[in-house]
This record gives sequence, C-alpha cells and structure tokens, in this order.
Amino acid sequence: MPTLDYLDRLEAEAIHILREVAGQFERPALLFSGGKDSIVLTRLAEKAFRPGKFPFPLVHVDTGHNFPEVLAFRDALAAQLGEKLVVRKVEDTIKQKGLQDPTGKYPSRNPLQTYTLLDVIEEFEFDACIGGARRDEEKARAKERIFSVRDDFGQWDPKRQRPELWNIYNGKIQKGENVRVFPISNWTELDVWNYIRRENIALPEIYFAHERQCVVLPGGQLLGLTEHLHLDADDEIVSRQVRFRTVGDATCTAAVASDASTVEDIIADIIQAKVSERGATRLDDTISETGMEDRKRNGYF
Amino acid sequence: MDLLRFITCGSVDDGKSTLIGRLLYDSDSVSLDILAALESRGAAQGNVDLALLTDGLKAEREQGITIDVAYKYFTTPRRKFIITDAPGHVQYTRNMVTGASNADLAIVLVDARHGVIEQTRRHSIIAALLGIKHFVLAVNKMDLVGYDEQVFRKIVADYQDITKLLKLTDVTPIPMSALQGDNIVRRSEHMTWYTGPNLLEHLEAVPGAEETKAEPRFQVQYVVRPQTAELPDYRGYAGQIQSGTYRRGDKVQVLPSGLASTIKAIEINQQEVEQAVAPQGVIIRLADDVDISRGDTIVPVQHVPHLTRELEATLCWMAETPLRAGRRFLLQHHAALVKASLPTILYRLDVQSLTHLGAEEARLNDIVRVRLKTAVPLAADIYRDNRQSGSFVLVDEQTGNTVAAGLIEAVDPDYFTVAEPGAVAFSI
Repeated sequence: MPTLDYLDRLEAEAIHILREVAGQFERPALLFSGGKDSIVLTRLAEKAFRPGKFPFPLVHVDTGHNFPEVLAFRDALAAQLGEKLVVRKVEDTIKQKGLQDPTGKYPSRNPLQTYTLLDVIEEFEFDACIGGARRDEEKARAKERIFSVRDDFGQWDPKRQRPELWNIYNGKIQKGENVRVFPISNWTELDVWNYIRRENIALPEIYFAHERQCVVLPGGQLLGLTEHLHLDADDEIVSRQVRFRTVGDATCTAAVASDASTVEDIIADIIQAKVSERGATRLDDTISETGMEDRKRNGYF
Repeated sequence: MDLLRFITCGSVDDGKSTLIGRLLYDSDSVSLDILAALESRGAAQGNVDLALLTDGLKAEREQGITIDVAYKYFTTPRRKFIITDAPGHVQYTRNMVTGASNADLAIVLVDARHGVIEQTRRHSIIAALLGIKHFVLAVNKMDLVGYDEQVFRKIVADYQDITKLLKLTDVTPIPMSALQGDNIVRRSEHMTWYTGPNLLEHLEAVPGAEETKAEPRFQVQYVVRPQTAELPDYRGYAGQIQSGTYRRGDKVQVLPSGLASTIKAIEINQQEVEQAVAPQGVIIRLADDVDISRGDTIVPVQHVPHLTRELEATLCWMAETPLRAGRRFLLQHHAALVKASLPTILYRLDVQSLTHLGAEEARLNDIVRVRLKTAVPLAADIYRDNRQSGSFVLVDEQTGNTVAAGLIEAVDPDYFTVAEPGAVAFSI
C-alpha cells in the first residue's frame, strides 16, 4: 500500500481542482506568467490531462516590464508542452484605452494588468481563469475561496463568497460572471520549492543566484536594473549576487542577495529566511495595508 | 511527512486567535516583516498581540469582527498543518460546518474560568456531526486560575457528558495558556502535575485522514480522449479516488447505468500502476467500450453503493432566504450535478440538546432533517460511512449560490415506505 505524504496530497487536491475546471466550464484559461507558481500549474495540468491536450490555453498578461529571460522561458515551455499560448500586452491596453502609463521612479504597471486581464477574458469569453495564487502569500488571499466567483466587472466581494464544503467546488455562474480558480491555494512557498525539487521542474535562471546590476532602494532592497526604471543621478548602482523569489513586474519586484544556485540551496535559504516572500520582494503591497485586497476587489487576479 | 487539517472551535473570548497565533509564533512560522507590521499596530512594546495574526480583511479590522473562514499553515519536521480558522460568532453554524467539513481534528477551546458552557456543547456537536473523529479539549487560560489542577479535573469531568452523548472515542484534554505559551509548543513549568503531551506533540502524533479505510469510490470528473494519430481510440476516465483502493483487474460496475466491465489500466502521470488509493488522482481505463460520462461512479462489484432517487439528509441551511418545503435545487454530489426537489422538512435539530423541533422552514444557520428526490439516481452512501460519497451541496438554480451543505442519512428505498419520518437516529 503506497503511503501518501503531504506533497502527494497537495498534488492530488490540485489535480482534482484542475479536472473540476475542465468538467464544469466551457472556456477556461490558465494564467501563465513564466513564474514558478504558474510553471508548477503546467506540471499539474500535465498530470491531470495527459495523454490528452490541456482543455485550456495558457494566457499571459504581459506588463512589458518583464525580464527577457523569463519571456524566453515562457515561450520555450509553451512550445515544449505543445499547448496554445495567448499573450496580451498591457502596452496595447494603455494605447487603446488612453490610460496613463505610470510615471515616477518605479513605474509599476501592476494595477494596469487588471484592465488587460478583463479585456482578454471578454475577448475569449473565458468563464474560468486558473491562477497560481497561494493563501500564504498575503492576508487577503488567506480568505479567498479556491473557486472565487467574480462579477461582471471582475470584482471580488469578500463578504459574498460562497461557502466551500468538503472538496465540492461549485462553478455555477451567471452570464458575464467568471470564476478565478486557485488550485495551489493550500501550498506555501516552501511546498512549491519542495515540489519543484521532487518533480525536477526547470525554472528561469532568474530564480537562481547570479551576478546582476541592481539599484539600491532607500530601504536597502535591491531592484534589478532595467530600462523601465527612471533613475536619478545620485542613485546607487551596484553589482551583486542575487536571486528573485517572485518574478512579477520588474519595477516593483525586488531581488534578494543570495548565493543559492540550486533548488536545494534555495530550500535551505527559505527555511532560514525570516522575511516572508512578499515582504521581501513586493513593493506594491507595502503602499497600503490593504493593497492586495483593494486590487482584488477591482478585478486583479 | 504527512498532512493534518484541523479546526479550532471557540468564541473570541476563549482565546482562539491567541492559540493560533501562539502555534504559528512558537513554531517559527511568523516572518519578521509580519511581526513588524503587528508591532506597528499599537501592540505594547515587546509584547506582540498574537491574536492579530489571524484577521485579514479591511472590514474585519475596521469593525473588529471576523467575516469568514481563513486558512493558516505551519510545518514541523513531522507534519504539515492546515488550520481552518472559522470565526466564533457571526454566522456561526454555517462557518463552522464549512470549516469542519475538511478537518481531521477539532480543538474545542474552554476558558478555565468559565468551564464547559453552552458553546462548548454546540461546537462539539457540530464537529461530531460533520464526522470529525479526533478531539482536543483545550482548557485555556490556566494562568488565570493559578494553574490549579482541580479546575482542570473538574472541566474534564464535566465534558464527559458530551463525550458520552456524542459517543466520542478520542478526546485528549490538555491544560494550557495560549497567552503565556504553557503546553502549546513547550511544556509548562507551571503545571508539573500534567504529564500528557503538549498540544503540538499531540497534533504531530494523532492519526491523519483515514479515507483508505472506507469502501472504494471513484467518480469520473473528465473523459480524456486525445484522438491523435498515435492514440486514436484512447479513452480514459479521469478522477480522484474518493475512498478505498482500486486495483488493475478489478471487476467493476458503472453507476447509474449498471454496466459491467473490468479495470484494464490505472494510470498516474502516464505511468501504469497496479493499484492506487484515495485521495490520488488517476485515469482509469476499462476493458469494454461502455458509455461513461462526468458524474458517473465506477466501483468494484463487491462494493456497490445504494443507487437511489430518494434521500433523507441533514442540511445546514446557508442562505439568507429561508428554506421551505417544495423547493427545487441543483444537487451537486461532487462531480454529479442533478436536479432535485425537497418535498419535506422533517424537523429542526436543536444543536444544544440534539432534540428534534418542529419546523415549517429553515433559516440561516439552521440544521434540519429533510427528504429529497433527485431527477437521476445517485450512487450514494451514508455520511457516517463515507464523508465523500455521503456529502453534497444544494445550489440555487437562479443565483448559482451554494445554499446548503448536505449529509446523507438514509438511502435505502424500503426505509421510505415503512419507517416513520426521521426514524433513523441522528448519525453521530
């Protein structure tokens, strides 16, 4: 009799959720950024649906502020899987809608992703969008359902969530509504890395320690140097051995100083780390205490 | 390393949030940036308010209330833990039913100063109703009663009534102070008279989910048909083994059609395996080309469940609008979604005393016994035999909302013609 460990159980739960999406919805999509969480989702989708094709395309909402090695990885993985990749650019949404491209020193396009996401949902009439969000990431996420119903405007209302009982997921929606589905809700950052190690999953190089030109922020955090930052003459640029814990928008996702060059090193690093993933790296969550909750209410994934 | 899901039951005043905060804090699961945020929110210097670790939403902080079930995680070298944190007051029953539906263990908190109260009874009844087998009687705030052994002994003795009423077989009483950290993660220096495990030791040792002991159940979630040049005829039934073990070569029956076949292959991640157990996700392939679709159940012939269009069930009503007899719903029995009508409300359950009360309707948070008819036969079990195949939800056809949690109590067709309504004992 095989005994199942916690990773087997988390994996089984995620596969069950992915298959519920395939069984309940007509036009689902898998939101795919080329980051570790969505890469893990593609592995779980292989386990759920092979030898068949995925019953959904991969969809990337590209802020235009990504690191080039992540985009190259994204394209290579989609090709290797032989699955359809849809890319829609925030840049195009800004032009079409006449939106204000953010200015300032660190012009994050994260809030603008919501417009492009809602447009791509409308364009393809997606009724479910699978995402790699985890409840351990942020306090508002800890309260979100695995099947999270959003209204016609993509809005999340924490007070009107459906009760979610046993492992029964109710995906019944009205026209115009859609569901965001989070199969790895119950995974922590460490669980994701342990799974990456167990499954031998390839990741963009940016996750591993490498020498990189960085801007030193007033709080001491390191931002990878890209053309999208608007620097002042007295900004300090240093060359450091760094890795990234998340690969969001390059203008608001800080690197961490690290020598971890293998998955094993990273796991050891995380066990030692005393700062949470988002606390270490996401500048946009610290703008206000409810940054994430406010964005989700407006349709952010 | 395995996984344990547990729920904490208690009102805010019992120290539930402090207990969760203490578990996270003393197991080094709280990051420095999170602690810094707590300290900046006016906590006394050097004394973090651990209760603040568990509230997440703006409205909760503004109004000082807990809106909804939240999930917290921590890991020790022995286990990964998922804490289901169901709020203690507002919309009480509905949230506790939601949280208890997935839990393997319940921590029932009692304030040492107040002893066993009505809430203790309610918490225990609902946890037992939802099929939780393992209980911790957490006698908290022992620091406020001078760490007095007699106080603890009295509460343990008082809880015996509940243990007997609910036929609980595994109750572990632990005296503790979540605020001071006594017997949570570290052994208390103040209660040397207590020789049992501390809370974390117990949580690490208690048996986890036991779904492999029930009869084999498997529902088809999705049919995999690649229709490629290499695999023109491949037809695999993808789903999760809900309970028990499945083996290659098992003679099986497909429900509701009743068609018979044999398991030709069980695949996990495109590898054929001899057998698989709950809760693994698998693809099952059959020897015969039979018509099977989502929601169908495949079971070994020696373990066939009841196939029925009539059910008696316990419901927790979760909608603002009251339930009245005669309504129609969608009934979601995991992957099976069928139309259902609810001709009769038999009675309402008093969750203090387990007695039956008359009921014309069910209101938000009521627990009622009902009869249901389904448009298509369901392959169903009784909840106390199988938490998977014995559970369902009711969905409002107009809004799509989940309006009730359902626990199947009786499925035998003979029962409905001969027995008195509600004659089957409350299934604890």
